[in-house]
Amino acid sequence: MAVCIAAFAKENYPLYIRSVPTQNELKFHYTVHTSLDVVEEKISAVGKSLGDQRELYLGLLYPTEDYKVYGYVTNSKVKFVIVVDSSNTSLRDNEIRSMFRKLHNSFTDVMCNPFYNPGDPIQSKAFNGIVSGMMVQTG
Amino acid sequence: MDCQEEKPIIYTMENKPIVTCAGDQGLFTSLYTSLAQQLPREPMEWRGTYGRAPKMIHLEANFVQFKEELLPKEGNKALLTFPFLHIYWTDCCDTEMYKSSVKEDMLRWQNTLRSHGSADWVIIIVETNDTKRKNKTNILPRSSIVDKIRSDFCNKQNDRCVVLSDPLKESSRSVESWNSLLLKLRTLLLMSFTKNLGRFEDDMRTLREKRTQPGWSFCEYFMVQEELAFVFEMLQQFEDALVQYDELDALFTQYVLNFGAGDTANWLGSFCAPVRNWSGLLLRRPIDMEKRDSIQRGEASLLDLRSYLFSRQCTLLIFLQRPWEVTQRALELLHNCVQELRLLEVSVVDGALDCWVFLSCLEVLHRIEGCCDQAQIAANCSHTVGLWAYATDKLKSLGELCGLVSEKVPTSEDLNRTVDLLAGLGDERPETANSLQSPYKKLKEALSSVEAFERHYLELSHAAMEMYQAIGRMRSARLVGKSLAEFYMRKGDPERAETFLQEALKSYVSEGWSLPLTHTRRQIAECQKLLGRTEDYLQTSALLAGDENLTTEERKHFFQEILSFAGKSGNPSHKVSLSMNVFAQLTRLQFHPATASVHSGGVLQVELMLRSLMPVSVHIQQLAASIHFEVDHGGTLGRSKGAQRHTNLGTIEFNLGNPSAGLPSSAAPRPVLELDEVQDRSPSDNSLNSTGVVCKNTHLLIRRHESNSPPEMPNCVSPPTVAMKEGAQMLKVQDVTLEPGNNSVIFTAPSGQPGSYMLRQLCATVGEVQFIQSHIYPSVGYEVYSQEPQLTVEPLSEPLLAGLPQMVKFTLLTGHYTVKKGDALQLSNSETMPILPSTSCTARISTPTAELVGESTLSIQSSEKVTSISLPPTPPYHTMEFQLEVLCIIPTGSERPANERLTNGEIRHRPRSYSHPDTPMTAIDQRMSIDCPWSIYSTLLTLTFYIPFKTKHSLLSAGNRKYIQVCVQNVSDVNFTLAEVKLTENQHASLELQSFNTKTHQLLCSKHSVFCLWEVRWKDDLPSCLQCVFSANFSPINQDTSAFKPFHYQFQLERVTTLYSVRAEILPPSGEQHCRCGLVCDLEVCITRLTELSEGEITEDSKTDTDGLKTTKLMYEVADSSSNWAVCGKSSGMVLMPTKANATHKVQIEVMPLFAGHLPFPKIKVLKYLPHTAAVATQPDPDSCVENDSLSLLDKTLDDQADTASIRSRGSVHSVGSGDQQQRGVAMPRLEPFSPGQVFNHSHTQQVLVLPTTEDHIMEVNAT
Repeated sequence: MAVCIAAFAKENYPLYIRSVPTQNELKFHYTVHTSLDVVEEKISAVGKSLGDQRELYLGLLYPTEDYKVYGYVTNSKVKFVIVVDSSNTSLRDNEIRSMFRKLHNSFTDVMCNPFYNPGDPIQSKAFNGIVSGMMVQTG
Repeated sequence: MDCQEEKPIIYTMENKPIVTCAGDQGLFTSLYTSLAQQLPREPMEWRGTYGRAPKMIHLEANFVQFKEELLPKEGNKALLTFPFLHIYWTDCCDTEMYKSSVKEDMLRWQNTLRSHGSADWVIIIVETNDTKRKNKTNILPRSSIVDKIRSDFCNKQNDRCVVLSDPLKESSRSVESWNSLLLKLRTLLLMSFTKNLGRFEDDMRTLREKRTQPGWSFCEYFMVQEELAFVFEMLQQFEDALVQYDELDALFTQYVLNFGAGDTANWLGSFCAPVRNWSGLLLRRPIDMEKRDSIQRGEASLLDLRSYLFSRQCTLLIFLQRPWEVTQRALELLHNCVQELRLLEVSVVDGALDCWVFLSCLEVLHRIEGCCDQAQIAANCSHTVGLWAYATDKLKSLGELCGLVSEKVPTSEDLNRTVDLLAGLGDERPETANSLQSPYKKLKEALSSVEAFERHYLELSHAAMEMYQAIGRMRSARLVGKSLAEFYMRKGDPERAETFLQEALKSYVSEGWSLPLTHTRRQIAECQKLLGRTEDYLQTSALLAGDENLTTEERKHFFQEILSFAGKSGNPSHKVSLSMNVFAQLTRLQFHPATASVHSGGVLQVELMLRSLMPVSVHIQQLAASIHFEVDHGGTLGRSKGAQRHTNLGTIEFNLGNPSAGLPSSAAPRPVLELDEVQDRSPSDNSLNSTGVVCKNTHLLIRRHESNSPPEMPNCVSPPTVAMKEGAQMLKVQDVTLEPGNNSVIFTAPSGQPGSYMLRQLCATVGEVQFIQSHIYPSVGYEVYSQEPQLTVEPLSEPLLAGLPQMVKFTLLTGHYTVKKGDALQLSNSETMPILPSTSCTARISTPTAELVGESTLSIQSSEKVTSISLPPTPPYHTMEFQLEVLCIIPTGSERPANERLTNGEIRHRPRSYSHPDTPMTAIDQRMSIDCPWSIYSTLLTLTFYIPFKTKHSLLSAGNRKYIQVCVQNVSDVNFTLAEVKLTENQHASLELQSFNTKTHQLLCSKHSVFCLWEVRWKDDLPSCLQCVFSANFSPINQDTSAFKPFHYQFQLERVTTLYSVRAEILPPSGEQHCRCGLVCDLEVCITRLTELSEGEITEDSKTDTDGLKTTKLMYEVADSSSNWAVCGKSSGMVLMPTKANATHKVQIEVMPLFAGHLPFPKIKVLKYLPHTAAVATQPDPDSCVENDSLSLLDKTLDDQADTASIRSRGSVHSVGSGDQQQRGVAMPRLEPFSPGQVFNHSHTQQVLVLPTTEDHIMEVNAT
């Protein structure tokens, strides 16, 4: 399960960022922010090769000693990042993919809300609930 | 070469598959060189076992002399020493020799092989021509020896025996036989590989399947699978070799994971031993035998196993020319190892792993550098940078651990720890002993002293940063920079730290990351405080004090920092200017009054809504807004202009977004279109040349909105400090306390000079600190205008009716003028519109906002020419209203007095009546001229009145008797009562007008008419011209008699007297009693002159008297417009009428009735005939002309009639003259009708009975 889940706008500012409360939130902010480097690198690399049939899942962005950071980018260039504890080896690529897909679906619902202003921070309870379901359940 | 077999198998690269040689060694030796050279020359396709893809393979072989020891014993799994092929060499061609020795030797060889289960052998028979020739006598056919060998040994496998012919000669035969030999050898080798490796792999798999059994050892299995890897490597199948290692890697990883999940394997125990050696990876040898041995012995630690495995993978990857995979795998490995040690709960000395990782990173990097050139490495930074950053990280934590990252010297405890760590590194390996830059040396040196550590750390950090920057990973570079900044802070070098922090801060600001932003900003604040950069520090503190990510305590702390500076009674001239945005935000600005426009001297309040971001309430000594003043050249139009500019009436919302949340552009609103109307007026006469709409903020709107552009943030990195411009005019408020959150501050705006005032800057002063907002956007301003006094006069109710007293409202906008006591309006009196004196006329004075200020009675004094209204004192920019009653006298018909002059010398413009298109009423414009005290010019005003009536008159005759009818039509919307209807004739006293009007009061409703009738009676003679005046009193209905106002209507009747009477009779045809349809009757017209020649006629007709007898020429005409009659023969003719009374003229005309019944008489017209003048007397036949052109003449007369009638109705005396002139101009005989009263037709509307014809009734019946 994830320890941190974040969504960024096209312009790379955070729309949503939530991490497990037991760990240093700031550290995750730094980690996730830095991961944008790789996200952008991958997006531009993908853009060069195949135009339309683009894979939204960007895969493992980069591993650190403690965490693995996975990325996903929607067609509207909204990015999702899931940070997983390195020691958590039971998670397979497919599970990460499905987590992203769930996240994307929930995000689409948020966007469909007529009262949501695209670009605003996400405060949807439903979205929050989905994220909570993916996060590590601690105590 | 044949003594190689003794060597241990270490150098895998030099290993080749072993091929043994038995038989004639000398023969083999002679052929060895060419054999070894030629064997790998041609590739062979090898289909490996287990469905591996077919590959082309170049075969090499290590030829050794056959010995029995070489053959693997039972259970020996070694593959590298396994002889894959056995060759028996012979050049025997002598049957005897074969039988005696060779066969025996071969048999022995075969048996040995068979006993070891090896079936991979081949017998090579070398033939040379020399041998043939030498033993010619007892020679057998060559083939027979081969056949013999074949039959002896290869009973089923004929291919196991190969003949090589003349191997040392350059002949085609030789080459051919070589080729077939080589092909055979290759084929057999491959067959052997497939078979033996397949068998080996089967065994290996079986072994692997036993891994769940107790006693299974990973290390043993490792050795077995590695053997396979070696063989693949030997065959240069690196890919396959790598697969073996990867499988081992995965297997091991799985075990560790299972261990983590609670499933322990016994053999794993050895890997859980505490780590004692952390010397890092060793990648310089192809095989690290040391580690391999320890694995084989089952003594390897986890790090040993991982290191060895990785070194092998690394070697193979480099063979495969995939160095970048090495770096990637290295990073994974290092992370993984750290995790695995944690998972296995292996006890490790603090920092030991850091050492291991650090050394390993550098070792990998060195290895890569060793096999790639510089350009390649530079181009693939993205693959190596991770390792650099990781190494940097680890060195930093090592430095921290060993007390090397501080301003102080490491303590003894730190030193002990350092010594322990260094001990775990062991001795430097011989491979790198001579290298100056080995990872081992680097680490040792870095840990030796603070200075050395700093040097190494900085070197690494900068290398990592540069690489990140080179590949465009700016965020990562900045994160390294931040870490470097933390290092500098620890070292007490805030100056260098700040540069890196600012760099990082910029990126967080531009991308709107609030948490890292706050964190970094706090670090910057620390730097700035240490550096003593007060202004920057205070600015940062202000930002932090308003930062919602911090706790209230922290925010208060930073705010206190500002206050304590502000409280210092330092140099008063030195004030610190900080950006306002971080302190408080202007959210709304409101003008009172909302138009944001006042007259000069008026009161205008500006209310600011400030949202304080500070955590506590702030006392501000002064809050000021500077104003840019621009003199308004617009003149008196201030009010309307001001209203145009501020469409959002008085309230301006400022959208700044939330600075602490730091949401960038997409959330921030786009600028609103600011449009202004522009009018270009000619400077000379102020006429409009052009007008249009101008967008004032195109630079903001049309700017390209880049999707990736750094968003505009209200709180920039370090807000530019702006000096407050000391404007001449300021809005100021002293001593305000701003509570956290929204605060309302009210300013009273200066409004002295007329012009536009734009609010530019906002400044809050707290002690020595000033918070300044450099400009207020969107721009906000207000107008102060100066207005000329304006006087308007308008009807109280529309429309104004002439003839009745009407109320008129005077409105005076005083503008900048103060109405003093004694000021009066002078109205020039006009006769046609007197101002009615009224007893109580009050003036209401109200403010511009329509609040009533006072009422006072006006005194109105009227002299002969002027009405003076003295005004009550009124302050400027007030409105004074009063009402006056005026009466517009209805002009009486045709009266037209001469122009007269008004008192002020102006020519009086006659109130000209005209018909208005919107109303049936006739309108009269009344001009007023008013002299005002504030101007030397008179104010000219026009009021439009409407006459409520339309009056018509007509003269009616009955023989000699005359009647006058007047019709009064009410065209207004008001109902009137009409009273005292009177008709008078002024000039003729003898005349009596007898009224037939019985009612004294008559109702005259709207859109209705009243008819009045009088009979004219006279004694002596009826005058030909009557000057009549119709007069009546009228008032709106339901009002008392005092309200009656007179109405006069003057008109003139001319040629009233009846001159002729016309009598017509229709006589039935002779013998008939009645007229009959279709029969010609006689129409007898009798024209009688009733009076003597009247004066008017003489002037007209005197010239026509040619024979002395006074006659007038008349023209008669019978016309039946309704087609009842057919006029037979002449229908018109001329009559010479003597000008005597009772002169009669009879005319007979034949007419025929066309219908039966009571038919009205045909119309008989009598017209005056005016012959052409002398000037045109030469015209040959005037009569015929008349006769012939009668029709056209008639037409003409009709025109003329209309013409003359219109002239007459205007009552113009000149009209006759003009008629004369016209006549002369036309120079033709002319007909002129008589006036309505001059001819009386007795038989007008008379009827005659016409019977239908008795015979010939024709009836047409149509049946359908």
